[in-house]
Amino acid sequence: MKYVLLFTDSKDRARQWDAMPEAQRQAAYGPINDWFGKYSSKITGGHELQPERTATTVRFNNGKAVVTDGPFIEGKETIGGYAEVTVADLDEAIAMAKEWPTGGPVEVRPVIDRGEPQR
Amino acid sequence: MLTAVFREEAGRLTAALVRALGDFDLAEELVQEALLEAVEHWPLEGIPQKPGAWLLTTARRKAADQFRRRARYREKLAQLEGDGVSLDTAEGDDRLRLIFTCCHPALSREAQVALTLRAVAGLTTVEIARAFITSEATIAQRIVRAKRKIVEANIPYRVPAEREMAERLDEVLAVLYLMFNEGYLATAGAQASRRDLAEDAAWLAGLMVRLMPQEPEALGLLALMRLHLARADSRFDASGGLMLLQDQDRGRWDRERIASGISLLQRAAKWRRPGPYQLQAAIAACHAEARSWEETDWRQIILLYDALMALTPSPVARLNRAIARRYLDGAQAALEDVEALAAPLDNYYLFHATRAELLRDLGHDSDARLALIRALSLTENPAERALLERRLA
Repeated sequence: MKYVLLFTDSKDRARQWDAMPEAQRQAAYGPINDWFGKYSSKITGGHELQPERTATTVRFNNGKAVVTDGPFIEGKETIGGYAEVTVADLDEAIAMAKEWPTGGPVEVRPVIDRGEPQR
Repeated sequence: MLTAVFREEAGRLTAALVRALGDFDLAEELVQEALLEAVEHWPLEGIPQKPGAWLLTTARRKAADQFRRRARYREKLAQLEGDGVSLDTAEGDDRLRLIFTCCHPALSREAQVALTLRAVAGLTTVEIARAFITSEATIAQRIVRAKRKIVEANIPYRVPAEREMAERLDEVLAVLYLMFNEGYLATAGAQASRRDLAEDAAWLAGLMVRLMPQEPEALGLLALMRLHLARADSRFDASGGLMLLQDQDRGRWDRERIASGISLLQRAAKWRRPGPYQLQAAIAACHAEARSWEETDWRQIILLYDALMALTPSPVARLNRAIARRYLDGAQAALEDVEALAAPLDNYYLFHATRAELLRDLGHDSDARLALIRALSLTENPAERALLERRLA
């Protein structure tokens, strides 16, 4: 079964991350790379996203598309990336999320699979 | 009578049907329908000799009705009609799987409680709604949502692996303890229309002990519940007013239940893995064994609170420890401990009620009154309010 892990972080921490000198950021990536390495056989997709300042949102006003600068969710948290994982069940996905090293919350969502009948 | 049979049979049947059908949602629904039919028939016709088999037959018939309308379930119908369902094989494991799934941490606490009561203890939705003084629709919706999440997010139907066990067992015990407290604290005298949630929780804790006899905290929780239930009847006077532990008629305590609670606690202690439930049960046992309030072993109680706070630091445990100190070291020492908790417990009525008692002991009557008034503004429970009002008068 497929799940998407949505990696989020507080906006404050995302800004700190963004402002880090390159060497320090590379070092900070260590544990994240280790996590991806450990679970490489389970990870079937995903990307890290550019910071929130690069986001553009397309909204629809009475059917008319309106383009605005910024993310569509206004909150304290921001999505930093996602990974698609293929595992046996929710417990396995949760176990992976529990080891995510950044300290930011991870949302675990099952993916709708139209390929096979629902159990 | 009906309650006892339902408790014993419902979880067993649900577990057997989940195994046969591989469909938690459907299995749980069928059992609920069978229970509802039993509620209609048994009071008139008497409880059948083999209630489990009766419920299984009824669930099968309900399944056949449903499946006829849904062609894709034909295979499952065959599964049910053949030898696919047995109520006895690997029974213990089956019910454990059921309990751990109902108490999965990915479900909200409210959903865990409702689902466990329905699928494992055999309560109907109406009974759960009454127990929580909420509407049937609310509970029904809670259960539907929880079951949908189990299916859609693929929450596994199994006993957790060794490495997850401690955490997952904690979750189950927390669900049962919340259920127990809800029943124990809310009932002011027996209400015929309300199923006793505290008794249901104690039954479920007993089931956990039967299924996992090597887990000392499950034993500890069951011991704690038995020790509380032993005193349940003496908590209220004839007019329904609240009686504090120190004023209770100890002759009315259920000695058999106390003895069983203490022996459970001794069984747990043999594992040498103390935990919060065992420690709380040990504190309850100190009270239960004391011949009078004055003869209570306060020194032992304080040591137990110290051990409890080392495991799970909580301001409420510190407050209770301070109350025990009053009898060992006097009101002034106790008051100093209590005052130190002002920040975390300012909205807790027992903090102010305790402070009031201590202030009165020390002769600060007007401060005591103010504390009582503050306590009164923080509880809505009628029995608690009545007690505080008596003290104010």
